[in-house]
Amino acid sequence: MIAALIFVISFLTLLQFFVSYSRSLIAESQGHELSEQAREICGLTAKTVAGEQFRRLLALIALCPEPGGDGFEIRAVALYFRLLGLVRILFSWAIPSAVPWIEAERGGCAYAAAVALDRRIAYNRMMMTQQASLQL
Amino acid sequence: MLGPVDYLLLLTELVLEVFAVVFLLKQKALSQYFTIVLYLCASIAVGIGRYSVLKSAGFTSDSYLYFYYFSDALLTICLYFVLMTLYAHVFSEMNVGKFVRGGAMLLLAGTILISYYTIASSSDKLITKFVNELSQNLYFVGVVLTYLLWGAMMKLRETRTRLMQLVLSMGVYFSAFAGSYALGNMYPNLRVWHYVCHLMVVWLPISWAYTFMKVPEDARIATAKVVAPTQ
Repeated sequence: MIAALIFVISFLTLLQFFVSYSRSLIAESQGHELSEQAREICGLTAKTVAGEQFRRLLALIALCPEPGGDGFEIRAVALYFRLLGLVRILFSWAIPSAVPWIEAERGGCAYAAAVALDRRIAYNRMMMTQQASLQL
Repeated sequence: MLGPVDYLLLLTELVLEVFAVVFLLKQKALSQYFTIVLYLCASIAVGIGRYSVLKSAGFTSDSYLYFYYFSDALLTICLYFVLMTLYAHVFSEMNVGKFVRGGAMLLLAGTILISYYTIASSSDKLITKFVNELSQNLYFVGVVLTYLLWGAMMKLRETRTRLMQLVLSMGVYFSAFAGSYALGNMYPNLRVWHYVCHLMVVWLPISWAYTFMKVPEDARIATAKVVAPTQ
């Protein structure tokens, strides 16, 4: 009985801590303005990024060599994105008012992915410029 | 018996912990977050110790089981110290450092006394269900302490991003371990939780290294952005 109670409480606190942790990662990237080049490559027109873009952005991120250190952030945000997808499936019929919030959160995940992609593109451009200057 | 996946996870844990220690030292975080470095060093020592006991006595031996659970309790106590450091950082402006240290000592003494009393009175059951329950309770106290700290941070409208991420990563770790131990007590033959434990051990060094690498000491975010819905 006590073990079951501990399990339920721990599971709920785990969810809360993980959601807050993921949101802290996303909030960090929201201060970053996406470059025009990144917008062009991602095919983005508006200032915000729709949640549906997330998977495409992940695929683009996978194509860019990692500058180091953002893999953990991307994985954590991707896990949060999947969790939101699950919540949307489970709650869309029970609490329809929660759907816009879930979509906004998924959009936040997509924006964080776009920022990560932007940083990788900038890093790769810098590497290419350095390589070109060395060849000269 | 341990399989190649277990050995790979053990090695990954060790490598990540060494990397995290080196990185924290490189970031000159030793003076400010001494207990984090202490925990990681203790975890490295425990990892090496467990491997040598495993090699000499075997996975199913009583020695390994005793060593595993006692070292686990020791690491949890080290994590209490990390939590107390985070408490001290959060309440630094309120000049309650002495109370935090006093509270930490009392908590540690209480934990040791209760653990000793329980071990002394239940020595015949030490390597059966009791050890699991002891670890589960230790982790659950960690969950409660972290939750209280997070609650205090929200109340005080704490904005230090680094501190927030450190506390939240501790919360994820403690909750996952307390939950997995509780599930282990309910379903002792459930194998999947064995791997969850390995994965969660990897969580702390990775999340800590990420925080110190990517989040500057002076970075700030509003608590509301982390807690409340964005709409």
